Amino acid sequence: MANINITVNGKSVSKDVEDNTLLVDFLREDLRLTGTHVGCDTSQCGACVVHVDGKAVKSCTTLAASLDGAVVTTVEGVANGELHPMQTAFNDNHGLQCGFCTPGMIMSGIDMVNRYKADGRELTADAIRHELEGNICRCTGYHNIVKSIQDAAAKM
Amino acid sequence: MYSTKYHNPASIDAATAALSSGEEAKVLAGGQTLLPTMKQHLAEPSDLVDIRGIAGMADISANGATLTIGAAATHASVADNADVQSLCPALAGLAAHIGDPAVRHMGTIGGSMANNDPAADYPAAALAMNATIVTNSREIAADDFFDGLFATNLEDGEIITAIRFETGAKCGYAKFPNPASRYAMVGVFVAQTGGGVRVAVTGAGDDGVFRHAGLEAALSADWSEGAVAGVDISPGGLLSDFHGDSAYRANLIGVMAKRAVAAS
Repeated sequence: MANINITVNGKSVSKDVEDNTLLVDFLREDLRLTGTHVGCDTSQCGACVVHVDGKAVKSCTTLAASLDGAVVTTVEGVANGELHPMQTAFNDNHGLQCGFCTPGMIMSGIDMVNRYKADGRELTADAIRHELEGNICRCTGYHNIVKSIQDAAAKM
Repeated sequence: MYSTKYHNPASIDAATAALSSGEEAKVLAGGQTLLPTMKQHLAEPSDLVDIRGIAGMADISANGATLTIGAAATHASVADNADVQSLCPALAGLAAHIGDPAVRHMGTIGGSMANNDPAADYPAAALAMNATIVTNSREIAADDFFDGLFATNLEDGEIITAIRFETGAKCGYAKFPNPASRYAMVGVFVAQTGGGVRVAVTGAGDDGVFRHAGLEAALSADWSEGAVAGVDISPGGLLSDFHGDSAYRANLIGVMAKRAVAAS
């Protein structure tokens, strides 16, 4: 058992966690933040992507105990009074069908836009498809997901 | 996942003490292979010793043509590092194509080297450039480090602290990734080093990463794609599996070698 002090969606949280608790289980079971999904549970699908210290990671492949002092943002934490531009873009461009993969798509989308903007690189449709390597949509809605991220990139 | 005890040491000494405290303690450097393996009940470490809290463990530095990459440096940090990009763009490019962006934010070079997956990318770069694996107790040449599938010559309780690459050589890397896992079906790293031309192949050998003498001889005489075309690449000793048989992989070695030379 480890005691961790972390910031989740801007709020300080102090909790005891088992040493083998995965971040995704900590978020869903202990904090009841069920927006982060478990799809494959083998680090392939990306439905569980959250940001740790500003970087996209797979919460199903991260130990909660290793995150003492970290800042975690989940899909519940990206809206600030109104929807995040990435969320609005997915809405406007029909970037989801069943919606299961969407939390991970939103978090990976925000991460890639932030990285490309920081480097001054253009986030082309090709680059988005490459960046989405680790996010799987089984409705096969990639075309509109790519459009959504491009749309959001122009507004972020 | 089976239960385990998590340690977060602040020094190498504390890490080695934690490693020797458990029945079957393992180093945790990024966990992008170890944690999935534990989730599938294929590994059951009594203790996990996280080395990411040790000061300097993720540092990347350049001294002349020598690059020293800390064991806990993530694939993303290697790919984005200005010194790696200028001294050895092939290495930066290799790191930029491991797994996916989220995996690259967590996975580390030290973890990849210690795990020595037969389809991992870094072992090819380390062997082709004859990198030096720096541990808490000694320095090991890549030639002496790899020891077959998922095996290395690390001793019990020994911790990789950094990987040192002598650059300045002309280098290129090309891989044919498995479309699902992104691991190399075949990856070829070609390098002109102080010790001559070296060519390392990952993803294909049934005993893990290996050097290809035929390609090395051909590229020593003539560093060109055309030189690769004349090399006989035997399927002997190559993996045959669900994804491709040994003859297919033998052909891919030639194709990837050409692309690696073209990219150098």
